[in-house]
Amino acid sequence: MDRVRGISKRPFLLGLLLLILISLATSPLYAAQYTVILLTSIFMYIVITVSWTMFSGPTGYISLASAAFFGVGIYTSAILGRALPLPFVICIGGLVSFCLALLVGALTLRLRGIYFVMFTFGLVELLLHFILWWEVNITGTTGRVVPTVSNTTVYYLMLITFVILMLTAYFIRHSKFGLALQSIGEYEEAAAHRGINVTALKTITFAISALFMGAAGAIMATRWTYIDPRIAFNPLVSFMPVLMAIFGGMGQLYGPIIGAAVFTYLEEFLITRFPYYYMLIFGIIMVVAILYLPDGLVGLIQKLWKRISESKYADT
Amino acid sequence: MIVRILDVAIAGLLLGGIYALIAVGLSMQYGVARVLNIAHGEFIMLGAFITWWLYTMLDINPLVSMVISGPLVFIIGFILYRTLFTRLRASSASPAAFEGSSMLACFGLLFIIQNVAILIWGADMKGYSYLAFPVNVGGAKFAANRLVTLGFAMAIGLVFYLFLARTRLGKAIRAAAQDPAAAGLMGVNINQVLALCFGFGALMAGFGGTLISISYKIQPTMGLEYTVIALIVIVLGGLGSIPGSFIGGLLLGLVGSIVTYIQPGLSLVAYYVIFMLLLLVKPTGILGK
Repeated sequence: MDRVRGISKRPFLLGLLLLILISLATSPLYAAQYTVILLTSIFMYIVITVSWTMFSGPTGYISLASAAFFGVGIYTSAILGRALPLPFVICIGGLVSFCLALLVGALTLRLRGIYFVMFTFGLVELLLHFILWWEVNITGTTGRVVPTVSNTTVYYLMLITFVILMLTAYFIRHSKFGLALQSIGEYEEAAAHRGINVTALKTITFAISALFMGAAGAIMATRWTYIDPRIAFNPLVSFMPVLMAIFGGMGQLYGPIIGAAVFTYLEEFLITRFPYYYMLIFGIIMVVAILYLPDGLVGLIQKLWKRISESKYADT
Repeated sequence: MIVRILDVAIAGLLLGGIYALIAVGLSMQYGVARVLNIAHGEFIMLGAFITWWLYTMLDINPLVSMVISGPLVFIIGFILYRTLFTRLRASSASPAAFEGSSMLACFGLLFIIQNVAILIWGADMKGYSYLAFPVNVGGAKFAANRLVTLGFAMAIGLVFYLFLARTRLGKAIRAAAQDPAAAGLMGVNINQVLALCFGFGALMAGFGGTLISISYKIQPTMGLEYTVIALIVIVLGGLGSIPGSFIGGLLLGLVGSIVTYIQPGLSLVAYYVIFMLLLLVKPTGILGK
């Protein structure tokens, strides 16, 4: 019975997804300029959050290095932006982040728990202060100007990155590869004894997730026009995906998407509406979400759904 | 040359005293209460601003105002643990889950405290001058307030260490650090003790903030830098080890002073390099087992 329902549901879901995708792809044609910019920010955070969840969700290793990979992408864009066409710059931004993550992963992924958290957090600050010193003392500047492109182009590039990321995340989740990752999160020693090359698997996944963060950074740099190390390596970018993923719920692929979309919109709304109290309100929402929504929004909806459907059965 | 070396060494110790004190605070919060308090620097900032307020508005001596700012921050920390973290601890499936969620809750706290501080005191840099006359130490000149800062940091650290080592409550805290469940079975009121530990961490942060405000300029966004330094120091000294944090703080201060002497602007980079090398080679720190 369940199986039949599962099969009959699939075309419907696919159709719905396609419909959403088409309306998103055509949105610059009919939506206001502001909406397109907001959507770009939302997709930026979705890309970072989903790629964060790709590694940290199944393995349980909390990485705070997102800002490092994102910032590396931004700087690649700032350095190569004039010399190369944008698609190349984005790919290179992703690849540089990928290589950095390979290196960091190979060095550190044997660290457990809180040490890994601290190391990844340190990485962001290390890059920030090193580049700050480098720019001031070697190149003699603090900021750089990035060649800009139109808002619509930025939007489409981000949307394309998002689609590629979702396909990658879907295939990783539904493959042996994803299953192996899951087993690492559940019991690492057992996974190793099963013949899984634990370190290689963790490192490669970490690097893939960094690839997308780097690409997102390279795209976003073109919208900001001016960047400096403090903008590029903002520790907020490390913490936001963690909060967004938890807020959305990591059990499902769409959880982090919902979390990132809701949080980004909320942030935008609070900044424009309450510029002086924005951090206060945002902080309270964070704390409340962590206290009362351990399984995230998706978990809450599922719980409510279950309660509704149970009460329906109880009535009949 | 010798004077130069002494110069750099003393400057390092002066810096290291503050690092040591704030690291002891974070060590209490992470080592015992298991909360990796990302908002530790915000408590330091609170201590600093309360001191600044008392000095500029009521003309209270900063060293005296410590008895006001410290306990105030302690109470905030204690209440936060009793309300927020006790609840989180009860609802978390495992100690690891608690570590993750409490760290994120602290990130929310960082936002809240920083915003409140900006609302009350504004976002600008603040500072005041207290005991700023120069003192001659072995041929090098230092501001008197720096020396007082170091002296107070050492004294507070020592008193706190004796409190942990010699008193009954200190024993309960050490027991809770080793095994909270067993300590609870032995009759230690575990929630109370953990909340006290978090409060003591905040107390150290408050004292640290007061001392920082005497010799440095302060700002509502100053916290994160001190948090990160405290984090580095507790890893350097070994997680949960109070003497380790103290030695680690002094060591890091020395490193900072030496690097600043050779290449100003790279001291934070040097801290991170040490931090990352340490995590790779000996994550248990210099005094860890």
